[in-house]
Amino acid sequence: MSTPRRSTVTEKDTPAVGETPATAGGPADAAPGAGSAASAKAAEPDAAPGTGTTAAPTSTPAAAAAPAAVSAGADVAHRPGTAAVPAGVAAGPDRPGGIRFDRVTVAYDGQTVLDGLDLTVGGGEVMALLGPSGSGKTTALRAVAGFVRPAAGRVLIGGRDVTDLPPYKRGIGMVVQQYALFPHLRVDQNVAFGLKAQKVPRAEIPGRVAEALEMTGMTGYARRHPRELSGGQQQRVAIARALAIRPGVLLLDEPLSALDAQLRSGMLAELARLHRELPDVSILYVTHDQIEALTLADRIAVLDKARLQDCGTPHDLYRHPRTAFTASFVGNANLLTVRAAGSGTVRLADATLRVTPYGDGGGNGDGPGEGAEATLCVRPHALRLTGPHQTPKESNMLRGTVTDVQWRGHTHRLLVAAHGHELRADVGDLRQPPRPGDGIALTFDAEDAVLLPAGLAAGGAGVG
Amino acid sequence: MARTTHTLPVLDERAAGTPADAAPKSPAPHGSPRPPRTVPGWAWALPPVAALGYFFLYPLFLVGKQSFSPDSGGHSTEPWTDVIEEESFRKALWNTVWIAVGSTAGCLLLGFVLALVIAFVPFPGGRALSRFIDIFLAFPSFLITLALLFLYGTVGMANGLWTDVTGGASGSGPIDFLRTPWGVLLAEITYFTPFVMRPLLAAFSQVETAQLEVASSLGARAPRIVRQVILPEALPSLAAGGSLVLVLCLNEFGIVLFTGAKGVTTLPMLVYSKAILDGDYPGACVVAVVAVVLSVTLYGLYRAVVARTATLTGGARRAGA
Repeated sequence: MSTPRRSTVTEKDTPAVGETPATAGGPADAAPGAGSAASAKAAEPDAAPGTGTTAAPTSTPAAAAAPAAVSAGADVAHRPGTAAVPAGVAAGPDRPGGIRFDRVTVAYDGQTVLDGLDLTVGGGEVMALLGPSGSGKTTALRAVAGFVRPAAGRVLIGGRDVTDLPPYKRGIGMVVQQYALFPHLRVDQNVAFGLKAQKVPRAEIPGRVAEALEMTGMTGYARRHPRELSGGQQQRVAIARALAIRPGVLLLDEPLSALDAQLRSGMLAELARLHRELPDVSILYVTHDQIEALTLADRIAVLDKARLQDCGTPHDLYRHPRTAFTASFVGNANLLTVRAAGSGTVRLADATLRVTPYGDGGGNGDGPGEGAEATLCVRPHALRLTGPHQTPKESNMLRGTVTDVQWRGHTHRLLVAAHGHELRADVGDLRQPPRPGDGIALTFDAEDAVLLPAGLAAGGAGVG
Repeated sequence: MARTTHTLPVLDERAAGTPADAAPKSPAPHGSPRPPRTVPGWAWALPPVAALGYFFLYPLFLVGKQSFSPDSGGHSTEPWTDVIEEESFRKALWNTVWIAVGSTAGCLLLGFVLALVIAFVPFPGGRALSRFIDIFLAFPSFLITLALLFLYGTVGMANGLWTDVTGGASGSGPIDFLRTPWGVLLAEITYFTPFVMRPLLAAFSQVETAQLEVASSLGARAPRIVRQVILPEALPSLAAGGSLVLVLCLNEFGIVLFTGAKGVTTLPMLVYSKAILDGDYPGACVVAVVAVVLSVTLYGLYRAVVARTATLTGGARRAGA
């Protein structure tokens, strides 16, 4: 592809997590050695679910988010302190390909399916829209594509207001779950479709087609029909077709959902590579799969019930969720109702737990006043199994009774009734796993638990 | 939450402890012998073939035989030479062919456009209109023709409006094409268009919305999307509807009788007039055989053209097209 490539990562406009507006306005210097965002993201999924070995959240926020926090744009992501406050991030929306949702509301038959979305995708940024079915994420993508017209608000692409433009004038590439290849056209004809529609000179088309097919590794399949290809190959053709027109914005609507797990993993790596090769293309990636979002995205916008719930880098969302919904949806955290006990501790029934108050670096203010109710989020993999009669050195110990044991190959998931809650704990493949009815103790590090104000706990939905 | 307690050990115990007991009790899914076949396979084809032969092929044979049996007795080609030499026969043959082909073309064009609008242009009542198409198919053909007479007949509404305006005598209006071949053409297009629309609407409902949206996002406007995405997808249905209409038009009787009876003669009309009005059964059978051959030939030609088009465009890949 002859799309201009960014010369350095300093042009990356992804905001640093936890930066204040004052620092955000400063020069956009790259973190040395940060590398491309895609490659940085690709390394994250393995690191993120680690058990308490990462940097403490009390450390410098920018350092904690180093992989994605490369530089800051004009405004900085203020992750919402409440679910009602949308996250608006200006990360170079006026660069070619940048997308801006300006208080976009979409309603069908009087029912609001997207409520005042305020979000900016920087030029060259990969933004994942993550949420359950009916959260409004696909509607947001369709608003960018021009297939739904907002009832209120504006959509801007590259600084240009496209709200009233028909889809064919928006210059976007789009890849959907079911590929949507034209079945009567060969692979090369499919890829050439957009070029012909955009009246690209005839002599130029074969070269552009070959280029797009080469990028997606489908050169050898140019003369085949879609029905002669596997699902993964069809999706590659769909991506090639979208890239052939050299769009500034690429919309991916659950592009891997129709593929099996192994193909999905391979295609994720392919998409990450493509983004490295096309760093100027902004990608809006709609998914309900947190692994895809964590792997690929520079930032993730979490949507639920038609509203933006949270927005931040994958690392930030995973380590320091600001709402119970984010904590639950991204990483399936245990949500425990606790009471503040002062001095960085909370009470869960008769247990005293040491925690970090209200996610340091999130700007949620001080910790809860003594006696105030709060929600403690602990990831299943942050819990460690300890013998019931051992006296651990850590203060964070939860004693309970095993109610179920699920073997998941590389881990055992234990369901444990403890202190009035049913906890999920993922522990390494055990030679002798406990049995239901066994009494066990679970421990966790204070750094792996995030305290949320009680008011943000409602609406959490667990996704295994 | 599904409870999978003791999953592995329990499974192991069952596997280790009960194979000998379980084996005899569990029915073998693939090993049971089938009962010996008592009736050979070809025997099942006999009843339908016999029915087809008795109710369809034998009468057809009788018609063919009658066409070689002049009233004077014996068997000869005299009825054939008599009919072929008739000017009225040659004219009827020509009328039949061009009206049928013209009607089919008109139905395909009009049906495609109307189905496109109903399927892809949302408007109030679109669904009701689609349902009406189904009802329309059940209407008798003469009803449509009658309706056209009320509209465009010599004393119809259009001419009535003209005479009201000009003050002329009733029946002296200028619109008088229903008795011409063009009137037959109009009536047949009006009546048979829904026969094209029905399969087209079914095909359009199968076109993936995502394909249209992706095409649009790639920069294609509506005409290109129709031409390059929708039309190839709908080609098999268009072919099916077209072939149906062609055959129906070739053999249409009611519409011709009601509209162009005085000025337009087609092969079915000729069969009727020879057999019923003139009592010339051998002559009627000659025309009937010609009509059958013509139908089969034109239908075969149409299918060959469609198959070639489909091969070139990559469409028509489903059975039943």
